[in-house]
Amino acid sequence: MTTEEIIQSGKKVYERPRLLTENITHYCPGCGHGVVHKLVAEVIDELGIEDRTVGVAPVGCAVFAYNYIDVDWIEAAHGRAPAIATAVSRLYPNDVVFTYQGDGDLAAIGTAETIHAANRGENIVIIFINNAIYGMTGGQMAPTTLLGQKTATTPYGRQADLNGFPIKISDILAQLDGTCYVTRQAVFTTAATRKTKAALKKAFQNAMAHKGTSVVEVVSNCPSGWKLSPEKANEWLNEHMLEKYPLGDIKNV
Amino acid sequence: MEEVKLMKGNEAIAHAAIRAGIDGYFGYPITPQSEVLETLEAEMPWRTTGMVVLQAESEVAAINMVYGGAAAGKAVMTSSSSPGISLKQEGISYIAAAELPALIVNVMRGGPGLGTIQPSQADYFQATKGGGHGDYHLIVLSPASVQEMADFVVEGIDLSFKYRTPVMILADGVVGQMMEKVVLPPFRPRRTDEQVREQCPWAAMGKGDRKHRNIVTSLELDPAPMEVNNERLQATYKRIAENEARCKEFYTDDAEYLIVAFGSIARISLKAIEEMREMGIKVGLLRPVTLWPFPTKEIERLSKQVKGILTVELNAGQMIEDVKLAAECKIPVHHFGRMGGIVPNPGEITHAFLSAFPEAKQN
Ligand SMILES: Cc1ncc(C[n+]2csc(CCOP(=O)(O)OP(=O)(O)O)c2C)c(N)n1
Ligand code: SF4
Repeated sequence: MTTEEIIQSGKKVYERPRLLTENITHYCPGCGHGVVHKLVAEVIDELGIEDRTVGVAPVGCAVFAYNYIDVDWIEAAHGRAPAIATAVSRLYPNDVVFTYQGDGDLAAIGTAETIHAANRGENIVIIFINNAIYGMTGGQMAPTTLLGQKTATTPYGRQADLNGFPIKISDILAQLDGTCYVTRQAVFTTAATRKTKAALKKAFQNAMAHKGTSVVEVVSNCPSGWKLSPEKANEWLNEHMLEKYPLGDIKNV
Repeated sequence: MEEVKLMKGNEAIAHAAIRAGIDGYFGYPITPQSEVLETLEAEMPWRTTGMVVLQAESEVAAINMVYGGAAAGKAVMTSSSSPGISLKQEGISYIAAAELPALIVNVMRGGPGLGTIQPSQADYFQATKGGGHGDYHLIVLSPASVQEMADFVVEGIDLSFKYRTPVMILADGVVGQMMEKVVLPPFRPRRTDEQVREQCPWAAMGKGDRKHRNIVTSLELDPAPMEVNNERLQATYKRIAENEARCKEFYTDDAEYLIVAFGSIARISLKAIEEMREMGIKVGLLRPVTLWPFPTKEIERLSKQVKGILTVELNAGQMIEDVKLAAECKIPVHHFGRMGGIVPNPGEITHAFLSAFPEAKQN
């Protein structure tokens, strides 16, 4: 069937995921956050765990994630989501607890909380949006910013001698005995988005099976921070980000 | 019959926590309060009451675990000492802002900086005037005995749920470390998840059968509702100030002079007062039991009766500011304090009193 034929037939082939609220998101056009939200909402619904899921929102562009996905939420201080998730998961062992964090939240200010929650093997899902920039505060350097990448605080490009190197934190997390699943995915193409959904599902299933810490890194974009159109941003992601942050499972036990 | 036990103040905190039905304790070692975590780990309450005990990677993580547990409706607590409490301030501000119940214990040591592991009361300002950012208060309880260390765990967690605000037990290192007789509080069961769901309809614990999602947050970017949030907090603090200020008075009926002191030094001051009474000097003691809210009314009343007040503190003079405000500068208010972990004996306090009020001796 052609697109026209599908439309004319009046058959519903797609709808807003049930757990994605009607609220209009504050995300910029083309931003990866919205895509990942949709996948998370779908996965929670498909697994039937809406009643026992608790999300922990970060400080960063996803700070209002609680407005968009219809489960219970706790809004964390910057970087502290894994500590909060630790407590909720331990106090309610049957809950499915996930954090949703940006690269600054997870790999800079919250590095200690991230590493130690994962090292304890907390039964949580960590969703890690790596867009190589601080989106919310206006495009400053993130720990994952690429060498040479221009940001508001590296106006001449990130230089190793001045700013250190981009951190591959998922690779570090994969080294820890507490993680059961560490994967790096992306949402810049439909095919990649499908794989990300499968990865998220696996991560949530791990939590349901009490297998330990699952980490789903999503290499994402930030058209506003990168100062590129959404289309160009995805091209830039493909050309530059994936070389440093190759996609695929890093650990799967 | 009640069983009398001999133990340290820190151990009493741990035992009382288990008996009070606390759901979770999250801590990080620091002298002079490590016995709290050590005792809990040794007692293994997860096998008996189901209480969660976790050594966190830092005080920052520990207080955020408390925030998470509290946001999910559970009765949770942490303990630390001064440098660790400084690290917890961000989290405490978030807990206060999100209107969550939680219990925080500070067994104070001397500062500033890494300071000393010896006892101190130098965190009075931090505990009673905010500590973290924003307009908020903690209910601050000041124990002077091992018995009160145990009792205040129960009272503290109950107050925190009553007002949905964090409560701090501000103990000095003496009270944490000394051994005394104590009658531990009776066992009361932890609330079931169903009870939590019923009693804390705001808790983010999973929706269950609830139609709407619960969101625990302190974020509000729109100034008008943010001001409303602040006004709601201030209304709570007003209710607390009206209802929860507590103090203990000794020899105040006929007192011509007053010593105001909290925590362990209040007991040493009482010894000094008894010595002075033998010399014919009529001194009384007021010991604030809550440091916030401060027993302003009682001090105001006594300030009309006595000729002068001496505050005795293990710091450079912090509570004296609240005492002066209460006395409205109508009578002289002096301070005597030792710092750096030194605890004065009764003789030093008597000497300090007579230096401050030499005329008291002539009467
Ligand atoms: C303690 C603290 N420090 C700094 C900030 C300011 N801040 C807000 S968001 C943010 C960076 C967020 O970047 P990232 O985690 O990469 O998420 P993104 O916005 O890119 O999704 C910073 C530094 C804050 N809110 N709290
Ligand atoms: S600033 Fe960047 S990360 Fe934030 S919403 Fe806009 S595009 Fe997305």
